[in-house]
Amino acid sequence: MRKILLPSFIIVAALLILAKLYYIQILDDSWVKKSDNNAYKIKYEYPERGYIYDRNGALMVANQPSYDIMVTPIEMSKEIDTMEVCRLLNVTKEYYIDRVNKANTYSPRLPSVFLSQLNKKEFAAFQEKIRRFKGFDIVKRSLRDYQIHAASNVFGYIGQVGEATIKKNPYYKSGDLIGRQGVEQVYEDALRGIKGVKYIQKDRFNREIGPFKEGIYDTIAVQGKDITLTLDSELQQYGESLMFEKRGGIVAIEPKTGEILALVTAPTYDPALLVGRDRSDNYRMLESDTLGMPLYDRGLLAEYPPGSPFKILSGLIGMQEEVIDENSTFICNHGFSYGRGAFMKCHCPGGAIQLHNGIYKSCNTYFANTFKLTIDKYPKPESGVNAWSSHLKSFGLGDFLGYDLPPGRKGLIPNAQFYKRYYPNGGWRSSTIISNSIGQGEVLMTPIQLANMMAIVANEGYYYTPHIIKKIDGGKIDEKFTTKHYTTIDKQYFKPIIDGLHDVYNMGTASTLRVKDIEICGKTGTAENFAKINGVQTQLTDHSIFVAFAPKNDPKIAIAVFVENGYWGARWAGPIATLMIEKYLKGTVSRKDLEVRMLTKGLKHEYEKVISNAPFKINERYYAY
Amino acid sequence: MKNQSVSNNIDWIIVLLYMALVASGWMTIYSASLPNETTSIFDLDQIYGKQLLFILVSIPIILVVLTLDAKIYEKYALIFYTISIVLLAGLFIFGKTIKGQTNWYSFGGFGLQPSEFAKIATSLMVAKFLSDAQISLKNTNHQFITFGIILLPVALILMQPDAGSAMIFTALIIAIYREGLPGWYLWTGFLAIVLFIVSLLIKWQYVLLFAFIIMLAAFFMTRRSRRNPVLYIMIFIAISVFTYSTDFVYENVLEPHQKDRINVLFGKEVNNQAEGYNLNQSLIAIGSGGWTGKGYLEGTQTKGKFVPEQHTDYIFTTVGEEWGFIGGMTVIILFVTLLLRIIYIAEHQKSQFSRTYGYCVAAILFMHFFVNIAMLINLFPTIGVPLPFFSYGGSSLFAFTILLFIFIKLDANKVNEW
Repeated sequence: MRKILLPSFIIVAALLILAKLYYIQILDDSWVKKSDNNAYKIKYEYPERGYIYDRNGALMVANQPSYDIMVTPIEMSKEIDTMEVCRLLNVTKEYYIDRVNKANTYSPRLPSVFLSQLNKKEFAAFQEKIRRFKGFDIVKRSLRDYQIHAASNVFGYIGQVGEATIKKNPYYKSGDLIGRQGVEQVYEDALRGIKGVKYIQKDRFNREIGPFKEGIYDTIAVQGKDITLTLDSELQQYGESLMFEKRGGIVAIEPKTGEILALVTAPTYDPALLVGRDRSDNYRMLESDTLGMPLYDRGLLAEYPPGSPFKILSGLIGMQEEVIDENSTFICNHGFSYGRGAFMKCHCPGGAIQLHNGIYKSCNTYFANTFKLTIDKYPKPESGVNAWSSHLKSFGLGDFLGYDLPPGRKGLIPNAQFYKRYYPNGGWRSSTIISNSIGQGEVLMTPIQLANMMAIVANEGYYYTPHIIKKIDGGKIDEKFTTKHYTTIDKQYFKPIIDGLHDVYNMGTASTLRVKDIEICGKTGTAENFAKINGVQTQLTDHSIFVAFAPKNDPKIAIAVFVENGYWGARWAGPIATLMIEKYLKGTVSRKDLEVRMLTKGLKHEYEKVISNAPFKINERYYAY
Repeated sequence: MKNQSVSNNIDWIIVLLYMALVASGWMTIYSASLPNETTSIFDLDQIYGKQLLFILVSIPIILVVLTLDAKIYEKYALIFYTISIVLLAGLFIFGKTIKGQTNWYSFGGFGLQPSEFAKIATSLMVAKFLSDAQISLKNTNHQFITFGIILLPVALILMQPDAGSAMIFTALIIAIYREGLPGWYLWTGFLAIVLFIVSLLIKWQYVLLFAFIIMLAAFFMTRRSRRNPVLYIMIFIAISVFTYSTDFVYENVLEPHQKDRINVLFGKEVNNQAEGYNLNQSLIAIGSGGWTGKGYLEGTQTKGKFVPEQHTDYIFTTVGEEWGFIGGMTVIILFVTLLLRIIYIAEHQKSQFSRTYGYCVAAILFMHFFVNIAMLINLFPTIGVPLPFFSYGGSSLFAFTILLFIFIKLDANKVNEW
């Protein structure tokens, strides 16, 4: 017993130590993390974000330097003159205390943002005295500097990265900036470049004592790439100004390439609002406008009943399905009767209508008949609707178009399955869903789908996926934007439609909008729409719609314009589309009368009806411009 | 056999273990004290340069220890002991006070820490006293004299104050026990430690309640004829007094930093930036080592000098960080082998003096080894004792070297005795 006591102590002690060592070194890996936090500090070098140019090489988005004041609580000395810091940075003492406490909660050892996005002037006074404020530090970042005060919906904006993204993508660290919405989001990887990482060895006083492991883990920042958009900044700005006090969207596409020339949503906002210190305040302000919804990109997101422009599709499908040809004639008695007293009114002059004048006079009867024949060609309405639906799908309708912007909405193209759910008891037929023939009923389209439809007509049967990117720092763009998509409609059927669309300007519903020397093919539209007001489904003034392409023989621009509650197509959307076309093709505008009206008159009175809580009339034929 | 060369008789296993420990100790110190700019390893401005010098100086010291007649250590034990007591006492007049502790004599650039040498002298003295044929540890007076030999330097060291060094001397109890100290001293000591810890963890009232229940059970489980109520009552009173005074000592006697260290050990409300900083950094350094460590000279914690006193009391953290579990285990195995080898050889000594001295050496080295490493990994409160042969420091290296080599000399000389 006496002899074995000390040896037993030694062995037991050694085993105890080994067990504990095994526990902390092998089993418990939290120390490794703490060691990493302890021993080195990661410094990021943020590359400058790429610039954004328009199709003509005009600089639209550049950068400006901005400065963040950072605070590292553990390094703060007790002698800091709090009042002076507050005075120099123009913050209150409560703010100071709050931020330092928050920084301490986040991490006493790591820098946290104390005050962000100061400009050079704002921080200059502070910088001079920063040596007296131990624990405070300045980080330079770059902010967007917008050269044009438009296209905010196209650009998107830059914000601090959210926690969900940080979890998903290890590239981002708390406090990093990331593109949100628009091309800033879609081309984030190209624009942002790759930040450089420097590992810096620290000692126990948190002092930097040189590169960690001689810098073998360090990486150099890769500059963000400049990108060129397909956007025409002049046209874009012009479009936004034409949408003065109106709600809606304009989408212009170059048919030959699928390049988006303009993507206007109204109301919109100056992209510069979402930069710098006031970003969150401004964002909240924009977000709080729940009626105008300036953050809502109507060009991509708003699903409207397409109205009369849809007749183009009804006609094309009718011809392809060989239920009509360009000489087929229907008699219009100012309406179309589809059984048992159901009647669809028609505003056209009436009489014998063929495809050509059916289009330019926008005859409901003609296309209702065509639609009915198309569906009834098949033994069952299910297969008829599916055939009709698959033609429309080939136009990129009822689905995401696949453009390089936030995906927007699908719109709606009903098929048999849809109607089975819609009419669970069955019994639906072509006449039940006849409203679709004239773009009412169930069909919904977004402005960009409508513009693409016009591009297809201009191209006589094919389209390129609309896209906003032209060049990424000289490199090639995604192949999917240079691949032709053919529709199920044969080329020959487009000819009569185009002639009809041309005469919309010559003899039809847009005859007042004619522009000298430009052969425009267009189509007006007026779409009924409803809103819930105090829980009651209420009809509002029709949406004013216009689609067009020009010039007729060598189409350079296809356009769709929606003006919410603008009544008939030629009242608001038509002039805007015409002005846009003229502006794009000629550079100047000859129809000054139209221009002045569009630039100075709006629809405030229409939009106020909904919130006025008073009874109101819709579709007023006359009112003072 | 007489006058046979010493080198043939010394235990080369111990010498090799010693060399291995000193060499790996120096390598570790080199890593822990390496400045950013490169300098010569002989640079005396650097910690590692000085340690290299100390190691070189150890060689003549070893030769002297081995050359001197083995009889001297036994014969003059009392003189060595007296000198070391005088040196300890002299500190209060001539000593140098650093951070409130007076445990150094300063000669020019180098210091001398007499408490390190007192361990040798006390060991020699204890061995000398117990090896006298007239002395029996069964005799209460002789027990008290033995304790007195140990407690005199302990008292002087406590006054410096240096609780760590003082505590090392308690290890000598184990050596005395080997020589016949009645077992109840050990058990009482053991019980006292357990009671001390328990009463720090829970309220003393509860401790007494548990003690009472256990003793009651023990009383009724013993045979009726052997029950001695008076003894049980006495023991219970003793426990009560001790438990209460533990509480009292903790609350009123211990210095705040000592309380902190105990709180740190038990994980009570610790601030990792203040009293818990050392331990936390030590755990981070060791814990981040993994299986094989970050590689020699690659320890990030070591390079960042996060661990305070890393070249002295915290030297093992560098081993843990740079060589990982495997490296730490190697060092532990080296120590355990050395200790067991010393005990093995001590048991084979013919003279009681050599044996007792050998046990004293083993016990002191063990205490250092265990307390030092255990405190780094939170098995023991933070108490500043160096890791033998590893930690930076001339006095401690010389003292441990002399301590060990006297034993080697005694062992080498065993054939010459009779």
